[in-house]
Amino acid sequence: MKVSFKVNGKPATVDVAADMPLLWILRDVLDLKGTKYGCGIAQCGACTVHVKGVATKSCQLPASRLAGADVTTIEGLTPDGGHALQQAWIEYDVPQCGYCQAGQLMSAAALLSRKPKPTDADIDTAMNGNLCRCGTYNRIRSAIHRAAGNTTTDAAPAGRSGE
Amino acid sequence: MTITFRADRREFLRISAIAGGGLLLGTYLEGATAVEAFAATRTPGAADFAPNAFIRMTPDGIVTIVNKNPEIGQGVKNMLPMLIAEELDVEWKNVRVVQADLDTTKFQNQSAGGSTATPINWLPMRRVGAAGRAVLVAAAAETWGVPASECTTSAGSVMHRGSNRKAAYTELLAKAATLTAPALESVTLKDPKDFTIIGKSTKGVDVPAIVTGKPIFGMDVSVPGMLYAVYHKCPVFGGKATAANLDEIKALPGVKHAFIIEGTTTPEGKPNLAGLVGGVAIVADTWWTAQSARKSLKVTWNEGATATQSSKGFQAQADAFAAGAPQRNLRKDGDADAALAAAGVKTVKAAYFYPFINHAPLEPQNATAHWKDGKMEIWCPSQTPQGGRGLVSRTLSIPEDAITVHLTRMGGGFGRRLYNEPMVEAAAIAKEVGVPVKLVWSREDDMRYDQYRAAGWHYFTGGVDGSGKLVAWRDHFVSFGEGDRFAPSAGMGGGDFPARFVQNFSLDTSVMPTGVPTGALRAPGSNGIAFAVQSFIDEMAEAAGKDPLQFRIDLLSNQVVADPAPAAGQQGPPPGLDGKRMIGVLELVREKSGWGKPLPKGTGMGVAFHFSHRGHFAEVVQATVAKDGELRIDRVWVAGDIGSMIINPSNAENQTQGAVLDGIAEALGQEITIENGRAVQSNFNNFPLIRLKESPPVEVHFKITEFAPTGLGEPSLPPVVPALCSAIKQATGKRVRTLPLSKHDLSWKA
Repeated sequence: MKVSFKVNGKPATVDVAADMPLLWILRDVLDLKGTKYGCGIAQCGACTVHVKGVATKSCQLPASRLAGADVTTIEGLTPDGGHALQQAWIEYDVPQCGYCQAGQLMSAAALLSRKPKPTDADIDTAMNGNLCRCGTYNRIRSAIHRAAGNTTTDAAPAGRSGE
Repeated sequence: MTITFRADRREFLRISAIAGGGLLLGTYLEGATAVEAFAATRTPGAADFAPNAFIRMTPDGIVTIVNKNPEIGQGVKNMLPMLIAEELDVEWKNVRVVQADLDTTKFQNQSAGGSTATPINWLPMRRVGAAGRAVLVAAAAETWGVPASECTTSAGSVMHRGSNRKAAYTELLAKAATLTAPALESVTLKDPKDFTIIGKSTKGVDVPAIVTGKPIFGMDVSVPGMLYAVYHKCPVFGGKATAANLDEIKALPGVKHAFIIEGTTTPEGKPNLAGLVGGVAIVADTWWTAQSARKSLKVTWNEGATATQSSKGFQAQADAFAAGAPQRNLRKDGDADAALAAAGVKTVKAAYFYPFINHAPLEPQNATAHWKDGKMEIWCPSQTPQGGRGLVSRTLSIPEDAITVHLTRMGGGFGRRLYNEPMVEAAAIAKEVGVPVKLVWSREDDMRYDQYRAAGWHYFTGGVDGSGKLVAWRDHFVSFGEGDRFAPSAGMGGGDFPARFVQNFSLDTSVMPTGVPTGALRAPGSNGIAFAVQSFIDEMAEAAGKDPLQFRIDLLSNQVVADPAPAAGQQGPPPGLDGKRMIGVLELVREKSGWGKPLPKGTGMGVAFHFSHRGHFAEVVQATVAKDGELRIDRVWVAGDIGSMIINPSNAENQTQGAVLDGIAEALGQEITIENGRAVQSNFNNFPLIRLKESPPVEVHFKITEFAPTGLGEPSLPPVVPALCSAIKQATGKRVRTLPLSKHDLSWKA
């Protein structure tokens, strides 16, 4: 089927199987590889994008439900990597392998846009759908607080040195 | 997994000029082809990117350093270049890092595994940098007519105090390019007190690309004209496809090819479970098309000899072994049976079990391959690219020198990508279709076809005497294997703790055959053994009426059996657990965790230690269990001793926190069960990874000792599992002897 929608502010039209998920349309048809495949069943969140600003697992959104959607991917979060979260991720040296981090950032960005000063409980809820196999959660939490300008967090600070 | 150190080939550094006044420092290894390969790179005027060199310095002050090892998220792409940059004496902000391809003519040990990158490369990489520095110093000394020994360097400049002269490296590159590099063994290294990069946190060099979604992973490889493949294997490990409705599949829209691959067998005629296993390849215009075609695929399988195996059957066999005499002894000191029967000795018996688990790196297995004009080009996230190239060569009868392997960043390794089935599968498919093919395993493929962490059983008997001293230890370890051989990464060694620290010690084993592929998962062996051994140590402390932390220190304070004498021609015993070093981290974690402080009911602290991969780690977990059994992990304290230097403190902390959360995830809910010869679990809905809200803060502390620096990706994991179980015991009174925790009712009454 042919379907037209918007990706990162630009119109896109693709001709794909009706059940093809947005994830694979982004990756293999539109060559936007920042959105990642991890599980295909909405368990890991590596494929998280924004649809009308709402964090959405793109592996669960088929072409048949895509007409007119306004999609933002990690490539379109900012033109230059200047989002406060992206900067905090760099400052706190969050990633290990990095594979999940685009999805983490998209979920965190959606959280901050609706709740600019999230609590730990808000972070627990908003980030519950995003798995990090390397276990960078201490730093993800710290970096979200940092980007939000929060001053208190229980997570250990980044870059502790030897004693 | 045994990592073989290839120290048999000498490494040389050669210098050449690059257009525009730059300097190239390349390595090559002894051997005719290597010299030829290097000669080909010496073409004057080869201006741009020089992937064959370790170091490329250009007049703009940029220093490009090649990272030779595969990056799986362990931070090696920072660590190795940091070692070079330190001794070269340049500023880190001017360093750019590029990833090498597999090139065995220039690089040694291009692998990621066994926490070996630090111990293997600590001196060699520093020597490469120091040789470069020596050349720049020589260039300055010759220019100024002063002795090189009077010159010093700092932050990318050479100085001569006597004549008050200073030159930036950038001014010396042209001169340096005419000199001869010193022998790498002869160079002088910095005094660690003068380090400006090693020991200081550097931020991951790929992080800016990661946070903006750049295509840097194996999954992101794109080659013009590429098709996409899935490879459908028999649900029973090693089963073969004998027939399939291939014509029907090929007629589906978008499907280009569908064919059966026979697979290879071992010399003993068994399926080659870590090689090319039989299956059906489907190649299509998109991965989704290929994946969707599987729904229409009908295959007739020959499931082979292991289709009746099950976890229940394995358990029954283990219990049967435990009731009888062990097949063989791995170590015996003193007389455990006599000591256990002696008067005044309190004995405890307990059976421990840990299940098969999956590696589950978040980036599913994948590889891209292109067969053209007798050459195979491969892009693959592999921890052992050299092994992969060999596997492709042997399996498909392609000479190794006709195979190119590009290293991509990996979305996690954890040992999964030590095995190269995806690489050989992609190559086999590409050889058949003649256009570039990208093979991607679905998560279900990945979950149901792993080289799993082997399940294991420990049937312990221990004894403490009237003074509370551990005097006897017997472990009947039941595992997988055949005859005298353990299945891959399913073994135990006679040197494993508490050997040497108990007067009467017996480690015996019995093994059963399995069709389940097993392999190295982060801290292989240790990740299960530490749970069993340290938990039983806790039981012995309880029997002795001692504090579990002090009991461990007392035990480690008294090595009762000497280290083995070095074998003929060897320098000394293999490095093993050092009681003093382990006591050091136990003391540190005792202090940091506030061990012994009063805790509310339902809250407990547990401690455990483990030595593996040259690292000594002790960890304390504080956990709270609600009366209804709901578990919350409050905090974890880690104390590690990995020697004299924490090369990149930020990364060391991150890795350690990750290892701890990894171990907690394994303990909480991970299990692969086998029914009818196949894995039951399929995806993260039934094989859970840990989530942010379950993840406690992890405090990481390092004890600096005089030993050479070693790795930490693995040794920081094992202690957390028994420490957590011990904390649960303290909180609830319930001793956990089988994993995962999700199978236990942890509720308690006041």
